[in-house]
Amino acid sequence: MTIEFSHFTAAVVFAACASTVFGITQRNTTREMLRYGAYCFVLFVGGVIVASWAMWLLKH
Amino acid sequence: MANVQNTTTAGARVSKNLSATNNNLAIIAPLAGWLLPGLGHLIQRRWTRGLLLMLAVFIMFFAGLGMQGKVYAFNTGDLLDILGFVGDIGVGLLYFVARAMDWGAGNIQRAVADYGTKYIVVAGLLNIISAVDAYHIAIGKKQ
Repeated sequence: MTIEFSHFTAAVVFAACASTVFGITQRNTTREMLRYGAYCFVLFVGGVIVASWAMWLLKH
Repeated sequence: MANVQNTTTAGARVSKNLSATNNNLAIIAPLAGWLLPGLGHLIQRRWTRGLLLMLAVFIMFFAGLGMQGKVYAFNTGDLLDILGFVGDIGVGLLYFVARAMDWGAGNIQRAVADYGTKYIVVAGLLNIISAVDAYHIAIGKKQ
C-alpha cells in the first residue's frame, strides 16, 4: 500500500501526531495538555507556512 | 499495647508491599510502553492517554511505511544511519515486525519517501518520550 501525501499534508499529519504526544507527555492536567498540544500544532503548521513563504520570496 | 504494635507492623507491611508494587511498575511500565506504544499508560489505567499515544505513534509509523520510507537495519556505517537505527528501534515491537516482514525498503526516487523515513524515526523518538512519561506516572512524579 502506498500513501500519496502532498508536502503540506505530510507536514500537517506530522504536526498532529507530534503535538498529541507532546501535549500528553509534557503537561499534567487535561486542560493544560489540550492547550499545549494545540500550541505545538499551531507552531508546527505556522512554522511550515512561514518557511514556505520565505522560500517563495527567496526564489522570486 | 500489643494492638498498637500489631497495627504498626501491619501498616509497615502494607507500605512495603505498595512500595514493591510501585518499584515493579516503574520497571514494567516503561518497558511495556516501549514494546507497544501506549501500553505503559494503559497498564496504569490511563486509558485515554494510552490510546491517543498508541494512535499517534501507529499513524506516524504506518504512514511512514506507506510513503515508502526506509527502516534502518543495525549498522556501524554512516553516523546518520546509526542514529536512524537508534530512532527506529524506539518504536519497539513494530520495528521488529517491520524488519521481519521486510517492510521499509525505501525508495530514493520519491521525494515523499524521505518524509516517510523521517516519520518512522520520529515515531520511535515519540514512543521513547511516552515510555519515559509512563515511568514518571509509575514513580508518582506525574498523575
